[in-house]
Amino acid sequence: MSKTIALYLHVHQPFRVRHYTVFDIAQNHGYFDADYDDRTSNERIIHKVAEKSYLPTNERLLKLLQTHPEFRLSLSITGTVIEQLERWAPHVLQSFQELTKTGRVEIVGETYHHSLAFFYSRQEFETQVRMHREKVQAIFGQTPQVFRNTELAYNNDLAYWADQAGYKAILAEGWDKVLGWRSPNYVYRPAYTEHIRLLMKNYRLSDDIAFRFGDQGWSCWPLTADKFAHWLNSTDSAQIFNLFMDYETFGEHQWHDSGIFDFLERLPAEWLQGGNNFMTVSEAAHNLEPADYIDVPHTITWADTERDLSAWLGNNMQTSSILGLYKLEDKILATNDLALIEDWRRLQTSDHFYYMCTKWFNDGDIHAYFSPYDNPYDAFIAYTNACHDLRYRLVQKGVQL
Amino acid sequence: MLGWELPPHNSGGLGVACYQLCKALSKKGADIEFVLPYTAEHPGVDFMRIRAAHPQDVEQVLKSGIAYDSFKYVKYSGETQYVDLFGQSAMYEEAIDRLVRLASFDVIHAHDWLTCRAAIRAKMASGKPLIVHFHSIEADRSGQPMGGNPLVREIENLALTLADNIIAVSQYTKDAIVREYGIPADKIEVVHNHSDPASLMPEEGANAYRYLTEMRKLGYRVITNVGRLTIQKGLTNLLRAFQMVVERAPKTFLLIVGAGEQRNELVQLAADLGIGQNVLFVGFQRGKQWRDAYSAADLFVMPSVSEPFGLTALEAIGYGTPVLISKQSGVSEMIHNALKVDFWDIHEMANKMVAVVQQDVLRDELHANAYKEYLSHSWDESADKLLGIYDKQAVGRPVAEPAGAAA
Repeated sequence: MSKTIALYLHVHQPFRVRHYTVFDIAQNHGYFDADYDDRTSNERIIHKVAEKSYLPTNERLLKLLQTHPEFRLSLSITGTVIEQLERWAPHVLQSFQELTKTGRVEIVGETYHHSLAFFYSRQEFETQVRMHREKVQAIFGQTPQVFRNTELAYNNDLAYWADQAGYKAILAEGWDKVLGWRSPNYVYRPAYTEHIRLLMKNYRLSDDIAFRFGDQGWSCWPLTADKFAHWLNSTDSAQIFNLFMDYETFGEHQWHDSGIFDFLERLPAEWLQGGNNFMTVSEAAHNLEPADYIDVPHTITWADTERDLSAWLGNNMQTSSILGLYKLEDKILATNDLALIEDWRRLQTSDHFYYMCTKWFNDGDIHAYFSPYDNPYDAFIAYTNACHDLRYRLVQKGVQL
Repeated sequence: MLGWELPPHNSGGLGVACYQLCKALSKKGADIEFVLPYTAEHPGVDFMRIRAAHPQDVEQVLKSGIAYDSFKYVKYSGETQYVDLFGQSAMYEEAIDRLVRLASFDVIHAHDWLTCRAAIRAKMASGKPLIVHFHSIEADRSGQPMGGNPLVREIENLALTLADNIIAVSQYTKDAIVREYGIPADKIEVVHNHSDPASLMPEEGANAYRYLTEMRKLGYRVITNVGRLTIQKGLTNLLRAFQMVVERAPKTFLLIVGAGEQRNELVQLAADLGIGQNVLFVGFQRGKQWRDAYSAADLFVMPSVSEPFGLTALEAIGYGTPVLISKQSGVSEMIHNALKVDFWDIHEMANKMVAVVQQDVLRDELHANAYKEYLSHSWDESADKLLGIYDKQAVGRPVAEPAGAAA
């Protein structure tokens, strides 16, 4: 029986807060405007990632789409990264548009600011989802049919919301504790919903590419496209392989010299020659029958061994920061000051809280690589100073805190 | 083992480090004879023999104060005489020369430049391997690279060259030794200090700084520094940074514990900066007054210009206080859950102090994680490393009679 791959890549960059000190508060509001050479420079990082990942990957994806009419994939691309590309690398944005022009690249909906608003303010969440939808319509000329929440944070409530909002499918982590004996390689239906479908990431196969690909100590190294296709072909009773990963897997997390681009270039041919196919996420939801329903009362995410929100909300620096920010919601929105509102929204991006995570800091592992700060405390201090300035701007407008 | 001080007669971290290191070594079976340059009682030390080295006609050598003060010699004749630091170092050398001819041992382990002349003499006289252990070098103490007293530098240089192995208390110090003296890096091993959790005294009774604990209840916050008031410790920068803190968070105190030649200068500077009411100088303290300074504070700041290790930062964490430490320190290699700043960057120092005094959540998170890290290290690791070095040095050498034994 022929099987399907749903390849879904996530494109995102936050507006990182620069080294914003107590001496900047009430003096300037340029929280996100680091000097170009600084580690927190968003412009420098977007240039670097574009060079290492976005441009070479898009070039290959476009060639694959041209060569194989059966090849298709899904992308999510946040509002914050689109804005940065518009400003600092418009040709890169164009290369994404060329992909979608083929008609075989589907854009997935999410919050514009890559926020955790769903858990703090339903109203703000819906505003950001609408902002993202409008941005995607303007840039890519399509309307998202499938939803993914920031960090793949998912629970029954979110599925219910997405069902009511008319989405055809929603994405989540295929976490064993949720699946039980079941396999992620089927389409499911979220509990308490009618129409929507649930696609769950096959994290083992996804992580073989995203995390283990270049690890020479891994027993399966080197991973080649024919070996990978063989694994999938020899997996019994599977409908679909949900390969979900960060877009930056290609060229940034796995460097060019790991062979990741060769792998990408060859995978479609290897997979298709066995009579298999590719589907975008909404095609999968439309074409495949759900095997069962899945009940997720507690929130799961795609991060770490815990698969919960503790990487973002696991310590008091993180929770006090996010609560302090959402507490300002009504006052900020009431000002109608678009610059102030936008700064407040940029501070909602989940990455800020991730940089404050202390749980693995002692081990100095991968989390340090993704942080532009020396340690979680420096991240907290810069962020908190920016929040002080937000409040200062409110006070300047005569708002009582 | 040749050392310059041990608690309770110590003036700083050197004595504490030697004491705890020997305790850990002894627990693992090392037989240690610790030779001091002065006469004193050391109650409770049952894990090694402590001996005072002094010249033949001298009955007692008494320490008169902190490390850099002179020593008082009491001769058998009843006469007394004061000897300065260089004189004392030379006397110690004489005394060690006599001692090594009488004693049997496998390795000479000497701490810091003050014992170096004696250590070199001991090696010459006995033919035993010499390990010199540097807790600081002259460039650290003078606060500038290639700086300090040329006579001290000469002694350090000679000892580093003649030693069979060198121990540095941090990578920071190892780098400094390579940079200052051109010693090959593979001759130097890094063995970190530690602050033994078991050596921390439980808090007894109310905190000695009652005024500060009462003011904290009223919303004040306290920053502290414990150390010698000397240029190496970077306290003028701390005062300038603290002025900026007070402008933004007026309910903040700075508690300065310690003595040293900069004291009057610092008191004057605090007054000139207009923060005289916020800075408390309490002088050199021991025991409860010393310990309680750590726990009375919300943040311990170690702004040293050059700090080979920085034991006080670990003690602060052990007593419940998070730390802001200069990047120019050895302890910053060891503790990741600390705020770090370049010693000269007073704006960043102020930025971080303000953040801590305004955000209890930062203080608490920082300490909780630092404390876990603190507990994850121990003197045992350091002792194991040292025993390995002893073995490497002692094994495979020809068994030689001490050179002077036949005489």
